[in-house]
Amino acid sequence: MEKVNVKDKEIVVPGEVVAVGMSYLPGQGIYRKGDSLIASLLGLVRIEGKVIKILPVSGKYLPKRGDVIIGKVKDINFSGWSVQTNSAYPAMLSMKDGSSDFIRRGADLTRYFNIGDYLVTKIYNVTSQNLIDLTMKGPGLRKLEGGRILHVSPSKVPRIIGKQGSMVSMIKKAANCNVIVGQNGVVWIKGADPKDEILTVETILKIEKESHISGLTDRIKGFLESKGKKVTGE
Amino acid sequence: MSNEIRGHILNYLKNKVRYDGRKLEEYRKVSVETGVSKTAEGSAKVTIGETVVMAGVKFEVGEPYPDIPEEGTMMVNAELLPMSNPEFESGPPGIESIELARVVDRGIRESKAIDTKKLCIKAGELVWTVIIDLIPINHAGNLFDAFALAAMLAIKDAKFPEIKNKQIDYKKLTSKKLPLLVEPVSVTVIKIGDHLIVDPLLEEEKVLDARLTVATLPDGTICALQKGGSKPLSQEEIEKMIDLATEKAKELRKHLR
Amino acid sequence: MAYKKRLDGRKFDELRKIDAKVGIIKNADGSAYFRIGKTVAYAAVYGPRDLYPKFLQDPKKGILRCNYNMMPFSGAGNRVRPGPSRRSREISYVTENALSPVVNLEDFPNAVVDVFIELPQTDAGSRCAGICAASMALADAGIIMKDLVSAVAVGIVDGQICVDLNYDEEAHEEGDVADVPVAFIPSTGEFSLLQMDGKIKKKDLMKALEMGKKAAQTIIDVQRKALKAKFEVDNNE
Repeated sequence: MEKVNVKDKEIVVPGEVVAVGMSYLPGQGIYRKGDSLIASLLGLVRIEGKVIKILPVSGKYLPKRGDVIIGKVKDINFSGWSVQTNSAYPAMLSMKDGSSDFIRRGADLTRYFNIGDYLVTKIYNVTSQNLIDLTMKGPGLRKLEGGRILHVSPSKVPRIIGKQGSMVSMIKKAANCNVIVGQNGVVWIKGADPKDEILTVETILKIEKESHISGLTDRIKGFLESKGKKVTGE
Repeated sequence: MSNEIRGHILNYLKNKVRYDGRKLEEYRKVSVETGVSKTAEGSAKVTIGETVVMAGVKFEVGEPYPDIPEEGTMMVNAELLPMSNPEFESGPPGIESIELARVVDRGIRESKAIDTKKLCIKAGELVWTVIIDLIPINHAGNLFDAFALAAMLAIKDAKFPEIKNKQIDYKKLTSKKLPLLVEPVSVTVIKIGDHLIVDPLLEEEKVLDARLTVATLPDGTICALQKGGSKPLSQEEIEKMIDLATEKAKELRKHLR
Repeated sequence: MAYKKRLDGRKFDELRKIDAKVGIIKNADGSAYFRIGKTVAYAAVYGPRDLYPKFLQDPKKGILRCNYNMMPFSGAGNRVRPGPSRRSREISYVTENALSPVVNLEDFPNAVVDVFIELPQTDAGSRCAGICAASMALADAGIIMKDLVSAVAVGIVDGQICVDLNYDEEAHEEGDVADVPVAFIPSTGEFSLLQMDGKIKKKDLMKALEMGKKAAQTIIDVQRKALKAKFEVDNNE
């Protein structure tokens, strides 16, 4: 007999049989064994017609081509910069992708980016061995000056950004801070007043903790208002 | 960027606020629990904000040192487990854990908290050794104060095991507690730029100029000091730091009950 | 004289009291606490992350690396000397083998997932408690795994088959005593850890394994519940 054992948006754990029947199809985080569909990830079940998948709630960042991330310069070598990406792998930013200037061989690369600098950068290639190539050529890609860094679970990034950036722009306006959310879960926050930055950190951590519960936007709005902030339309 | 993070933290401190929204001289929430390990003769868990540490006391018996035939001994050991912080690696104790253990050791030893003369079973032949092991579960800053508090709590929780034919029967604990004379409390004051703060976060520890760990007794007597960090301190600063540490020790002392 | 009544009054197929919690170590990518009777295990997972030295890397998939350690005050008798011992290294190794069959690290070539298992107090069954905690911590870290693993010791005490032996039972002096720690993968019905010391007849071993399977199912339910409990945030705060 065919049946689905779980409700949409329910939390499931690895090994749980989410559905029985050949007409259901396994999506992300689900595998088939006989006629059963079994979870292989901790996360939220999504039932989309006949496809059942799991949205992860934790896990390291998996690099994807085209993603804009925030990385930290870890090392400098003769051909460019090695960048920490909060994934299992370091990334390379080569001299030619690091700047639109022509950088001559043997130039002092620390003049561009130094060890410890945080960069808003874009992944332009991921090899089969997960080696990551980065570029600084593109709108908004730059070295970050000042501000503070916050690490969140990469799986929560879509909720922190919100639909068409609605969530993050609500926070930015209400807390009067500049916020950049990297797809790798690294967030940069800069405001004129430390108190605004602290509120922004609190708000983002609240989203990270409660993103799986419905009514998130209203709750965050209420939270910001409770802190005496004016929240304007999305 | 570590320079930039430092500058950023300094900017917060100028505005009289910490990275996590605290005041400069404000401790995070502290909670303590004793008897957390049934296999230890005494144990405690201390939580300061997101920092969690454990301390356990084990008794051993052995021959006394020849120069103090009527006294038992104590030893403090710290292991910075890789479980507690992604930056810690497996392996023998590094200088960081050695310093932590020795600073906690000095606070207890030099204040004569444990009456080692009462740890003698038979003069010249058999004495107790008290071993205090300190373990971080989650390291989010301020291990010095957390370890020192956990050590004292575990010592206060400890009960002697029974002893038969010079052998310890660990299964049978007596109701006898460790002979305590005084109870030292340690507070570490951190200097970043011109600012003095207590109970540092990891981020703050990474950019500190100097730190001073001060172990004190209830009457304000100082029983151990350790200065850390690469920058020197003026006498005026030392005085301020000791005053702040003594003041904060009163708050921490409440958790010793 | 046969073993008619267990020393702590449990039924022969009854586990000691179990308690489990997830997400207790904030710095870790995944973490868990598992307690069975007086045996307590913490597990923290870090990774997938860079693996050095490079010769340890596997270009086809990530590596699972487990580290089992007893805290110095966690033994029933003398203080346990800090640092790895032959015993802890062997247990780390069999723990890796117990967990590897369910863990899929194909997306992470050359990387490592580190699992640190720490025991603050033990009363037999510490490797099993460690495996239970580790398997929850791996799930908490978002690692792809086809199932959770649960582990428990079964065995025989003076002719009586029992589950989840405590230290006193392991040390029972009359008749044959055997201690058989097993790890069990419920979805496949397979065992991924099997060790034994003592003496047992094959027929009794098979019965003991059967008892272990049932006990493992009880443990799995506790593990699952603990993982889900992490997401029950109070809506009215």
